[in-house]
Amino acid sequence: MKEQKAEPYPLINVLECKGCGRCIAACPKNVLIMSEELNRRGYHYAQYKGEGCTGCANCYYTCPEPLAIEVHIPIKKRC
Amino acid sequence: MEEKVIKKPNSMYDEFTRKGGAAPKATHYCPGCGHGIIHKLIAEAIDELDIQKRSVVISPVGCAVFAYYYFDCGNLQVAHGRAPAVGTGLSRAEGNAVVISYQGDGDLASIGLNETIQTANRGEKMAVIFVNNTLYGMTGGQMAPTTLIGEKTVTCPTGRDPRFAGYPLHICELLNTLEGPVFIERVSVSDISHIRKARKAIRKALEIQRDGKGYAFVEVLAPCPTNLKQNAEQSAKFVNEEMEKEFPLGNFRDLTNEREPLPHLISDYSKESIDNLYKIDSSASPDAVEDPEFTPVLTKIAGFGGQGVLSMGLILARAGCHAKRFTSWYPSYGPEQRGGTSNCSVVISGEAIGSPVVYESDILISMNLPSLEKFASDVKKGGLILYDSTVGNFEAPTDVRAINVPATQIAKEGGSEKAANTVMLGVLMHLGVTRLSMENYVAAIEETFKEKEKLISFNQNMLKAGAKWAMENL
Repeated sequence: MKEQKAEPYPLINVLECKGCGRCIAACPKNVLIMSEELNRRGYHYAQYKGEGCTGCANCYYTCPEPLAIEVHIPIKKRC
Repeated sequence: MEEKVIKKPNSMYDEFTRKGGAAPKATHYCPGCGHGIIHKLIAEAIDELDIQKRSVVISPVGCAVFAYYYFDCGNLQVAHGRAPAVGTGLSRAEGNAVVISYQGDGDLASIGLNETIQTANRGEKMAVIFVNNTLYGMTGGQMAPTTLIGEKTVTCPTGRDPRFAGYPLHICELLNTLEGPVFIERVSVSDISHIRKARKAIRKALEIQRDGKGYAFVEVLAPCPTNLKQNAEQSAKFVNEEMEKEFPLGNFRDLTNEREPLPHLISDYSKESIDNLYKIDSSASPDAVEDPEFTPVLTKIAGFGGQGVLSMGLILARAGCHAKRFTSWYPSYGPEQRGGTSNCSVVISGEAIGSPVVYESDILISMNLPSLEKFASDVKKGGLILYDSTVGNFEAPTDVRAINVPATQIAKEGGSEKAANTVMLGVLMHLGVTRLSMENYVAAIEETFKEKEKLISFNQNMLKAGAKWAMENL
């Protein structure tokens, strides 16, 4: 069976996001969008479209909240 | 599958428990603020350089006043603009510490400018991270020394006019006229490409500290979208286009390779070395002994400056030391050498003392009326007030014993009214409320007047005169 191709992805902590929009502006692939809904603290929050992340971590570095975004990058094993 | 995760550095807490409240994992900063970005860069550099155990971050006054909520390393929070002074003390007392002074433009460029210049000029071992957002953020966006010409703030609503408010202060350029600094650079965290450059500069400043080479200064142009009423894109544009025009980015100096590490001072805080430093005979300050049975005795002594109020407290405190109690003496006085009022708090305890300040006292000794009126109501029920007869009549609060002592008169008859304070102590000693022995008091007087031998026996006699008066009259 063919293994599903692993891609990097951002993990957004919805509750800590204050919706400033910096990550959306910083994303070179435009794979982040602002939510329509509010989070429990009353902010719109950044969302990942679900594909297209290259793991550049721009969103992590530009985010003012230390705990709001992490970027997961799969390590490719050599065959 | 194995993966690499880019996330919060280890040198920041996993949860901000010092902040607490409903959102203990979010910072207290506004959406889009530059501080959180810069905090991460500093913590990342601390991780990479493996200096977490040596690092002390100094939180300023300003929005970053609570920086110690976030950094998992040593932390200090200091008065407005005083980070360079405190940082100097820290880096000299703890030679191995990596001192990171985190300051805003209101803090550093205004009230703290003198300290900043002096500290940079001395080339102290510290990294200064100077966050410039062109205004006072915490207080609501007032004009700062760094406000741009024409920029509108709440205190220059029509824009900064140099004819009235002068010109933006260029701190990097100013410090670059000094010999002291090792490294000076101006960076920005407006957008991602700038953030990556800022990361390198901050790491470099901390690397210089790791190697103990001296003063490193990084100015960071940062967005303040809340006060400047901008969104993320506008705030990045403002920093890139408006701020950078006034404050050009770049490295002003990098002498990392030219400068040798500064001498690494090792401080010795042992009791012997401190006694030695202050020329204290070790027998006069024996180590206190834990004794939970001995509940704290809180004494307030107050009067005019010159009445021997502070030295009375000192003798009492020394008697406490002599009895191997935990003891503190805490003076409070006005600027006058003579005539102003002064007071001191003395705590004598069987256990380590948390605070040397006495708010509610067991004993009040008052040498004048104003002090008596001020402090009498703070005496605990069942407490004791001793006041000098020169005060006149005084009605004690309920459940407090107040004794009118002719201390000045007894001292005058004994040879000098200056010794009224010692007479008071004699009365206190006789009443036994401090639970210290006569031997303790006598030894304390000897220690206090050891430079003026004639006064030792005189004061010991006055102590006894006070005790004699108490025995005969109370």
